[in-house]
Amino acid sequence: MIRFTHVGLTYHRAGAAGGDAVALDDIDFDIPDGGFRWLTGPSGAGKTSLLKLMYLAARPSSGRIDLLNTDTLRLDRRGTALLRRRIGVVYQDFRLLRHLSAYDNVALPLRLARRKEVQVRADVTELLRWVGLAGRLDHRPEELSGGEQQRVAIARAVITRPSLLLADEPTGNLDDDQAERLMHLIRSLNRMGTTIIVATHNMGLVARHPAPVLELVDGRLVRHG
Amino acid sequence: MAGWCGMAKRHASRADRIGLRAAMADRLLPFMVAAMSFLAALALAGSIAAGALASHWLSGAQGLMTVEVPTPTQPVAANGPLRQDAVLTLLQATRGLSDAHLLSGAELAALLKPWLGAAAADGTLPIALPAVIVVKADAQAPDAAVLGPKLASVAPGTIVDSGARWADRLAALTTSLRASAAAVLVIVALVAASVVAVAVRAGLSQRREAIEIIHGLGALDSDIANQFALRAMRLAATGGLLGGVVALPVLAWLALLSSSFVASAPAERPDLVTALPPLLWGVPVMFTLATALIGWLAAQVTVRGWLKRLA
Ligand SMILES: Nc1ncnc2c1ncn2[C@@H]1O[C@H](COP(=O)(O)OP(=O)(O)OP(=O)(O)O)[C@@H](O)[C@H]1O
Ligand SMILES: [Mg+2]
Repeated sequence: MIRFTHVGLTYHRAGAAGGDAVALDDIDFDIPDGGFRWLTGPSGAGKTSLLKLMYLAARPSSGRIDLLNTDTLRLDRRGTALLRRRIGVVYQDFRLLRHLSAYDNVALPLRLARRKEVQVRADVTELLRWVGLAGRLDHRPEELSGGEQQRVAIARAVITRPSLLLADEPTGNLDDDQAERLMHLIRSLNRMGTTIIVATHNMGLVARHPAPVLELVDGRLVRHG
Repeated sequence: MAGWCGMAKRHASRADRIGLRAAMADRLLPFMVAAMSFLAALALAGSIAAGALASHWLSGAQGLMTVEVPTPTQPVAANGPLRQDAVLTLLQATRGLSDAHLLSGAELAALLKPWLGAAAADGTLPIALPAVIVVKADAQAPDAAVLGPKLASVAPGTIVDSGARWADRLAALTTSLRASAAAVLVIVALVAASVVAVAVRAGLSQRREAIEIIHGLGALDSDIANQFALRAMRLAATGGLLGGVVALPVLAWLALLSSSFVASAPAERPDLVTALPPLLWGVPVMFTLATALIGWLAAQVTVRGWLKRLA
């Protein structure tokens, strides 16, 4: 269960002209375990900001957030880190480690969880093959195309079979075929119980895969359902 | 740097589970720590040598009083005892003094021989020698300043010489030398820790993006801090070992110099190797361990402090 209770987020911009920026205002919703939601809205509406709160990269300025049955405001540093491991994130800007190969990037979450190297090898190889990167294991991000990098980022986000998957514009660099493949992967994770939220501008994709929509406009939730 | 940029091998090694192994490839660090260790070794050697010399001198000076009685074989009065015997009797009767011993002619001659030559030995010295009485003094013994006049009232001209004042000054000197050495050690350790902290900080800001990503993937502060601490520990320990080893010959030489004060006969003088007190032989080991600890701790504190800025 994910529950936002009157959540607000204000970016404090010390010394900047224009002062503080209100990114989210009085957000209130909940998503049951195993649910799937599209997150839509115009650019600058606050989609990434909302996801940031969910992947614990920012703390709300007001309100309360419950994730995976945990009150996030009560977590200490260690608890926060351990909760992050149960959340897979596909960042809008990928955030791959530049000096590591595709293989090692995808292996990172498993290694953080101290998984056995034999198991790491099996899982990583299989998943990278599944996203069509079997021949790119040794490539560093700069040696991959935008779409390939995005698929590495997706593989890294799902390699641990997270309880919650947050994807920020995951099809931005993918062609229609690859986008459909990704949706197939996301759907099967969802069927296995992962709660999923996908932020996107791609209304065609939303139309092809009907599901409840969270729609943001100017930091306010204007639709849920 | 080479490990980071020109990484030839593509897969992270087993030990580098979270891809931060190449963090902080500061090649200068071991040399700076080595220099610190060298200084620390000198301070340590100085302190140990001062202690050894002082205790050698003190054991000679402390607790012994020397009493000189001029014209010892004259009677104190008509039919009275000899002056030296009168003084001896008084010393034996004084609380806190014991083992009063009148040096024999031969002992006296041996004592004077370095100054007066063979003449002292064959008794052909043209001057009348005073009697010398050596007596042990414990805590209850009277001060030389009190005992002197008391003895002089029996045998005028008698002089008391006590090692106490010397001993006090020597002890004060040793204490301040030790304190200075300790202060130097502390300062050197702090400087070494700062050097490590600066190197770690440089590594952190260079790897800022990677650390933020790993942090976002759920790495514990300890996961990240340990990567840096392991590396810092290795680099610092290398420096400690290097500094300790380089310091050894210098220490041996210093020990040899000071041993010439301690050993009286040239035959007793040890050579370069045996001159080194056993404690100093442990210097490279000790310094390796100490710098490893300093490197580990400094890196842990620095990284954990730095990570606080991440949510
Ligand atoms: N770190 C920040 N500091 C200050 N303001 C920020 C920060 N991040 C985002 N904002 C502002 O908050 C608002 C919401 O930004 P956000 O990135 O959440 O939008 P978005 O819906 O993800 O947009 P896009 O579709 O372009 O990715 C924007 O007005 C943005 O300028
Ligand atoms: Mg965004």
